Amino acid sequence: MTLTAETSRPSVTAAAGRVRRRRLLPRVAPYLQAAPLTVMLLLFLLVPILTIVVVSFWDYDSVRFYPDFVLTNYTELLTSPVTWKTYLNTLKYAALTWAITLGIGFTVAYFLAFHVRSTTWQMVLFLVCTIPFWTSNIIRMISWIPFLGRNGLLNSGLISAGIIDQPLEFLLFSDFSVVLAFVHLYALFMVVPIFNSMMRIDRALIEAARDGGASAAQTLWNVILPLTKPGIAIGSIFVVTLVMGDFITVRLMSGGQSASIGLMIANEISLLQYPAAAANAVVLLAVVLIMVVAMLRIVDIRKEL
Amino acid sequence: MNTSRRGLSFYLLGAFFTLFVLFLYGPTATILILSFQGPEGGLTFPMNGVSLHWFRNLFEQQAVGDFGGSFRRSIALGLMVMVLTVLFSVLAGFAFRRRFLGSGAIFYLAVASLIVPSILVSLGIGLFFNILGLEPSWYSSALGAHLTWTLPFGLLIVFAIFNRFNPAYEEAARDLGATPWQTVRHVVLPILLPSLIGVGLFGFTLSYDEFARTLMTAGSFNTLPLEIYGMTTNVTTPVLYALGSLTTVFSFTVIGLFFLGLILLRRRRLRRSGH
Repeated sequence: MTLTAETSRPSVTAAAGRVRRRRLLPRVAPYLQAAPLTVMLLLFLLVPILTIVVVSFWDYDSVRFYPDFVLTNYTELLTSPVTWKTYLNTLKYAALTWAITLGIGFTVAYFLAFHVRSTTWQMVLFLVCTIPFWTSNIIRMISWIPFLGRNGLLNSGLISAGIIDQPLEFLLFSDFSVVLAFVHLYALFMVVPIFNSMMRIDRALIEAARDGGASAAQTLWNVILPLTKPGIAIGSIFVVTLVMGDFITVRLMSGGQSASIGLMIANEISLLQYPAAAANAVVLLAVVLIMVVAMLRIVDIRKEL
Repeated sequence: MNTSRRGLSFYLLGAFFTLFVLFLYGPTATILILSFQGPEGGLTFPMNGVSLHWFRNLFEQQAVGDFGGSFRRSIALGLMVMVLTVLFSVLAGFAFRRRFLGSGAIFYLAVASLIVPSILVSLGIGLFFNILGLEPSWYSSALGAHLTWTLPFGLLIVFAIFNRFNPAYEEAARDLGATPWQTVRHVVLPILLPSLIGVGLFGFTLSYDEFARTLMTAGSFNTLPLEIYGMTTNVTTPVLYALGSLTTVFSFTVIGLFFLGLILLRRRRLRRSGH
C-alpha cells in the first residue's frame, strides 16, 4: 500500500505538469516551430546586411579595411559618372528583360491555362517549362556560345541560307546576348506566377463575358488581364530584382564589355575594396527595395498563395 | 474555349509555345552534342569526329582542377540544404497556421530574403565571417547563404499547401481520440508528403546550382558551380561542355528520381485504398 501511495505521488505531479504543459504548449508552440527558420534568416540575412551597412562607413587602404566613420565610400560612389552610367545600363537591362519576359510569360501562361484542355497535359507542359529552373544557370549561359558565336549555328545557318555574307558580330558578347540570356534564364519566373493567377480565374466569368457578347480579345483585355495582375506583379518583382542584382550573366554574356551594378560590386570585392563594395551594395539594396515596394502596391502577396 | 473545334488562335499560341520550349532546351541540347566533339574539335560546330575524349579529359586531375572534389562537396551541401529546408519550412508552416506575435515580421523577413540581390548575401556573410575572424567554408557560411534562398521558397510552398489543406481531416482524427502528435504523424504529414518531396527538390537543386551566394562564402574549397565558373574564364576546349553535360544530366536524373518517387507514392496509396 505504501508502495503504491509513494509511486502515485509523482504520477499526480506528472499529470498536473501535463495539464499545465497542455495549456502552455499551444501558446509557445508557434514560437518554437518558427524559431529555426527565423534564426537562420536573422543570422544569414539580417545580420550580414547590417554588417554591410556598418562596413560601408569604414575606411580601407590597399591591404585591409578598418573601423571608422567616413562618408567617402558614398560620396565617391554617388559623384562618379561611372556609377550613374552603370545604373542606367542596369536599368536598361531590367526594363528590356521585364518587357520581353512579360510578353512571353503571359502568352505561354495564357496558352497553358485557357487553350490546353486536359489537366494532365496542362501539368506536363507546365513541368516542361519549369524543369530548366532546376538546372545550372551558368551552364545555360555557356550553352549559348556555340549558338551565337562568330562560327556559331546561327551565323553559319544564315550564311549558308544566303541571307548574310558576313557573320553577325552583335550576336555574342553584346547587350543583345546579355538580354537574351536574361530572358532565357528568368522567363520561368514570369510564366509560373501568371499561370498560377490564371488558373484561379473562375471559368464562369469567361463564359459570362462571352454570353454578354465580348470577343475573345475583349475578354482577354477586360477580364483575364485585370485578374492576372497579381501574378504579373509577382513575376515582375522576381525578374526585376534578379536582373538588378546580377553580375554573372553580364560578365559571361557581354564578354566583359558591359557593366552592371552587381558586376561593379563583384569587381570591388575582387579588389578587396570591401567598404566601397558595401556602400555600393547598400545603395543597390535601397534602389531594389523602392522598386519592389512600388510593385507591391499592386498586389498583396499573402493572398496569392 | 469550350467549343469543340480549335480556332486559329490555338495553333498560333501552340506554335509560340513550341518555339518557347525550343528556346528553353535548344542551347542545352547543342552543348550536349558538342561535348562528344572529336579530340581536334573546337567550341563550335562543325563536329570534328565523335569521341568521348573530353569526358576522359574531365577526369584527368590536372586538366580541370578539382572536379571530383567540388562535385562531392556540391552534393553534400545540396543534401544538407535539402534536409534543413524541408524541416525548417514545415515547422514554420505549422507555426503560421496560428496568428502569433511577430508572424508578420517573420513573413516579411522571408520575402526580403527572396528579393535581396544574392551578391549582397554573399558579401554580407563574407564580411561577417571576416570580422568575427571565422574561416568561411562550404558547410557553414555557404550552407547559411544557400538557406537564405531555399527557406523562403520552402516556406511559400508550405503556405500554399496549408491554404489548400482541409482541416476536417485533423478534426476527424482528434474526434477519434488521436493526440496532437498522432494527428500530425498519421494524418497531416502523410497528406503533405508529396508536397514535401517537392520542397526537397527545390532545396537540393537550388543549392546544387547556386553560384552568386557561394562566391564569397565557400572558403578555400570550391563547389561545382564555382569550379565551372572558373573554367569559363580559362578553358577554351569542349571539356567545358563535357562538364556542363554531366551536371545537366545529373540534374535531370535528380528531377526524374523525385518524380518517380511521387508516382510510386501515388501508386502505393491507390493500391492501399483498394482502387
